[in-house]
Amino acid sequence: MLAQIIQYFQLNSGQYWHYVGQHLGLTIAALAISMVIALPLGYLGSQIKFVASFCVAFAQVLRIIPSLALLFLLIPFIGTGFVPALIALVVLALPPLLINTILGFNEVSPLYQEVGTALGMDQQQLRRQIEIPLALPYILNGIKLALVEIIASATLATYIGAGGLGTLIFTGLGLYDMTYVVIGALSVAFLSLLAMLGFDFLIRKVRTYDRSNYSI
Amino acid sequence: MTEATIQFKHVQKRFGDNLVLPDLSFQIKRGEFVTILGTSGSGKTTTLKMINGLWQPSAGEILIDGKNINQLDLVKLRRHMGYVVQQIGLFPHMTIAQNIAVVPKLLQWDQARINARVEELLKLVQLDPNEYANRYPTQLSGGQQQRVGVARALATNPSYVLFDEPFGALDALTREELQGEIKQIHESLTDKTFMFVTHDINEALFLGQRVMVMHQGRIEQFASPAEIVRHPATPFVKKLLGTVRQNQELWREQDE
Repeated sequence: MLAQIIQYFQLNSGQYWHYVGQHLGLTIAALAISMVIALPLGYLGSQIKFVASFCVAFAQVLRIIPSLALLFLLIPFIGTGFVPALIALVVLALPPLLINTILGFNEVSPLYQEVGTALGMDQQQLRRQIEIPLALPYILNGIKLALVEIIASATLATYIGAGGLGTLIFTGLGLYDMTYVVIGALSVAFLSLLAMLGFDFLIRKVRTYDRSNYSI
Repeated sequence: MTEATIQFKHVQKRFGDNLVLPDLSFQIKRGEFVTILGTSGSGKTTTLKMINGLWQPSAGEILIDGKNINQLDLVKLRRHMGYVVQQIGLFPHMTIAQNIAVVPKLLQWDQARINARVEELLKLVQLDPNEYANRYPTQLSGGQQQRVGVARALATNPSYVLFDEPFGALDALTREELQGEIKQIHESLTDKTFMFVTHDINEALFLGQRVMVMHQGRIEQFASPAEIVRHPATPFVKKLLGTVRQNQELWREQDE
C-alpha cells in the first residue's frame, strides 16, 4: 500500500496538487462568502431579537438536513459544477457562523457597554473597541467549525462536479483501488486537523487575558 | 458661594409605571464632594446616571454649568466626566495601562503623553507602574482593580467624577484604605466635583462635604455631615442615624 501511495505521488503529483488546489479554492471561497453573510447578520441578530430567532430556526433546519442530501437537492435548481457546490457549502457554513456570532455578541456583558458609553465612546467606538474584541473568541470558534464543516463537505461536492480531493476518493471507490481512497481521505483529514489546530491557536492567542487567571 | 455646576430642576424619572423620582431639585457647587446616601430603591443611582446622560429625565431640567444637558453633546460631556461603578468594569481584554488610556485615546492624545499620564495615575492610586501597567485586570485583586477604576476615571483630569457605590463590594479594610485615598485625592485636586453614591452611612458622612440623604425618590436632607448628625431633619434620617448608634451600643456591650 505504502509503495503504491509513493508511486502515485511520483507519477501524479501534479494531479494531486491540482485537486488540493481545487479543494482549497472551493473551501476558501465558501468560507469567505458565508462570513460576509453571517457575521453582519449575526451582529444584527445580537441586537434584534426577531433576527436572532429567525437565524437560530434556520440553523436548526439546516442541521437536520444531511450535507449530501443538500448537495443533491440543489441540482434540479442550479445544475452541477463549481457554483452549485459553492452555494451548498455556503449554506452549510452559515449555521455555526450565525449561532456563534450571535452568542459572542450576546456574551458581552451590558456592564462593559454601560461603562464604555459612560467613558464617552460613541456607538462605533463601542463596537470596535469593546464588543468585537470581546466577541472575537466566539466568532473565531464559529469560523473554525464552519471551516471544518466546509473542508469535509467539499469532499462530497465532487459528486456534483466541483472537483477537489473527493475526486480521489470516488475514483478509488469506483476502481476499487484503496490507494486513492486513503490518499484522498488522509489529505482531507489533514486539512481539517490543520484548520482546527490553527484556529485553536488563534483563539488562545486572542484570549491571552483569560489565561492570566492562573498566574496571580 | 460659588456658582452651581450641577443643577436639577424638578426632575422626574419614571421607568414604565414605576415612578422612581417624583420631583427632584438640588444644586451642587463646583469643587464639592457630595455623597448621596440612600437605601436600595431610593433613586440614588438613577440620579447619578442622569448626570452623565446614561438616563434621560422624564420631566424637568438638568443643568451642567448652566447649560441644559439636552443641548450638550453627551459623548463629549462624558469624556470629561469620570465614572466609577461598583462592578468596576475594567475591560478584560485590555491591560491596566490600556484601560486607563481609554479616554485619552478617544481624545487622541499622543502616545508619549498617554504613557506619562498612565504612570502618574498609577502612582496616584498607589500601584507601581512597572509592576501593574502591563497586567490584565483578572490578575489583580478587587481592591487593586478598583484603584485602576478610579485612575481610569481621573485619566483626562475631568471636572466631575461620578462614583456609584465604588467600594461596596470590597472588604472592610480595603474599603477604609480607599476611602482615605479618595478623600485625599479630592483634596489634592482643585475644583473637582465628586458625586459619590453609597448606602454606607459611615462612608457617606466620612467622605461628603455635604450629604444628600434620599428615600423613595425624595431628598430627606441635604446638609453637612455635622448638621445631619446634630439635627436630623426627618424621622427617616433619625432612624438611619439610629442604626449607627445601635451598632455603637453593640460594640460597647461586647467591650464590657
